[in-house]
Amino acid sequence: MSTKIFKHIQTSVVPLPIENIDTDQIIPARFLKATTREGFGNNLFRDWRFDENDNPKQDFILNNPNYSGKILVAGKNFGCGSSREHAAWAIADYGFDAVVSSFFADIFKGNALNNGLLPVQVSDEFLKKIFDAVFADEHAVIEIDLVDQFIKIVATGEKETFEVNPYKKACMTNGYDDIDYILSKKELIQEFENTAP
Amino acid sequence: MGQTLFDKIWDAHVVSSNEGFPDILYIDTHFIHEVTSPQAFDGLKARGLPVFRPKQTVATADHNVPTWDQHLPIKEELSRYQVDTLTKNCKEFGIELYGLGHPFQGIVHVIGPELGITRPGGTYVCGDSHTSTHGAFGAIAFGIGTSQVEQVMATQCLLQQRPKRMKIEVNGKLQKGVGAKDIILYIISKTSAAGGTGYAVEYAGDTIRSLSMEGRMTICNMSIEMGARCGLIAPDETTINYVKGREFAPKGEEWDKAVAYWKTLYSDEDADFDAVLSFNAEDIEPMITYGTNPGMGIGVTQHVPETESFEAKEQGSYKKALEYMGLHDDEQLLGKRIDYVFIGSCTNSRIEDLRQVAEFVQGKQKAENVTVWVVPGSKQVQEQAIREGLDKVFEAAGFPLREPGCSACLGMNEDKIPAGKYCVSTSNRNFEGRQGPNSRTFLASPLTAAASAITGRVTDIREFLKEEELVS
Repeated sequence: MSTKIFKHIQTSVVPLPIENIDTDQIIPARFLKATTREGFGNNLFRDWRFDENDNPKQDFILNNPNYSGKILVAGKNFGCGSSREHAAWAIADYGFDAVVSSFFADIFKGNALNNGLLPVQVSDEFLKKIFDAVFADEHAVIEIDLVDQFIKIVATGEKETFEVNPYKKACMTNGYDDIDYILSKKELIQEFENTAP
Repeated sequence: MGQTLFDKIWDAHVVSSNEGFPDILYIDTHFIHEVTSPQAFDGLKARGLPVFRPKQTVATADHNVPTWDQHLPIKEELSRYQVDTLTKNCKEFGIELYGLGHPFQGIVHVIGPELGITRPGGTYVCGDSHTSTHGAFGAIAFGIGTSQVEQVMATQCLLQQRPKRMKIEVNGKLQKGVGAKDIILYIISKTSAAGGTGYAVEYAGDTIRSLSMEGRMTICNMSIEMGARCGLIAPDETTINYVKGREFAPKGEEWDKAVAYWKTLYSDEDADFDAVLSFNAEDIEPMITYGTNPGMGIGVTQHVPETESFEAKEQGSYKKALEYMGLHDDEQLLGKRIDYVFIGSCTNSRIEDLRQVAEFVQGKQKAENVTVWVVPGSKQVQEQAIREGLDKVFEAAGFPLREPGCSACLGMNEDKIPAGKYCVSTSNRNFEGRQGPNSRTFLASPLTAAASAITGRVTDIREFLKEEELVS
């Protein structure tokens, strides 16, 4: 089965300069009761975005009309905590194609990659530059190129390369799927089962 | 060069290893529950695939279940639907389900070990980050996302990059009143909530070795709270004695063969770790968290850090956490009035936890201002507690023993801590809203939680124990 293809984006960004954003903030557990993958974007950052009467909290960045774009930029250790893939679904469903941080929790990173949502890990310095750029100008544009593995602040031309597992890169740029790959090795699995002690 | 325990188990499960690709790792048992499986089953249906090895898949319902009146239908419609969906899918795909009402039902990380499904040398995954618990047996066990749940259902394998290896040693004698939960909260307070990311962590040292299997599970359970891929402890006589005779443990000749293999599972003397940390058991106080991630922990007599003590870029996040918790710089938690005590979750709901709490609360009475929930990890734990009369002890102290489930650990079922209220909790996460919207969590050990329930305030269990010693 093919998945979403990601190669290159150039867009304004939404800054969220908070560290250790856990998956319970991204999507609280009480919204994990759905049995499909759709619709989680409505509850993305639910308790930061809305008060107990479901009114938007004006001081939260997603409720600020000045900020929009396809890239979420967040503080270090983004996506820690629960393994819920619903966090990646919620971010993608809301309309983001990439998340930039100086550090990602690894289950979240894997879940994002499996859903065509690109996690881009940058240095602390570069993360600060992005925050500075976007707080100086909310329309600041960031370019992310997965093929050549770089991220760039378009206005200043400042650029940094990022790491991505070559296999996952091939999956994302071609829309390949892990299950198809493993199933292509099915005879090896059966051989393993027959020879394992 | 010798091998680490982790590498021995990993290598024994590699189906295929290709340059530039993650390894294809064989999974011995796949645990599933109602929350992270429905979309995976739908994926299989869309592909027209069966579950590849249904006999190596074990299901239970734990996250959504009420912990009172479990014989009645689940009241909340969406929860009921999710649990029913699991039942339907298990039937359709031929998977054994230990659902509500089944004598083996319980929290997935409690039932795997107690049924003898989790064993040394195995590989275990589940769509749940606390799968790291099973590593206590000397196994590779970790949480996965739903796409990977589908992957394991379809192939009994997982594409995985081999993580780096870290050893954490704890040596020395623990103070009275200090236990496994304090050890792991202490370690995480030193490493931070991200300090283990990218690593498989092996816990070693004589303090770890002296722990029961329940204690070891508590330690490995919270490996994910420092970001680690998994946590594991080399098997020994304690491990073997725990597994022996359990429902699905190997029997007869198979048992002897298994034990002989398990005895080869340790890190060689000259094994190379990418990182090594060492701690002294004597330095560990009863621990409590004050913030909104498990790395924000202190000894119960210590004060909350000053904002100034953090780097400038971290101060904003720190202030946000303190504000959420209703605390201020340099505040002492000891003596702080609390509203709830939750004893349960996959971290601390095993029979040993309940025995320890019961022994302590025997003849005592909870404070009036506190609501206490004691939630066993499984039906078997519940029955055992009743057989031992622990329910009576709890009842007399004002700690009703409820029915098994994840309960107030994650605010997904009926058990939620109300907004603004403080809960001393034996669970694993103190994230904002984790126990219910705007709830405030202090993570601690079962003994600290029990002592705090008695006084109605954050309490140093050592003070209680000292007094009791004087009396006796």
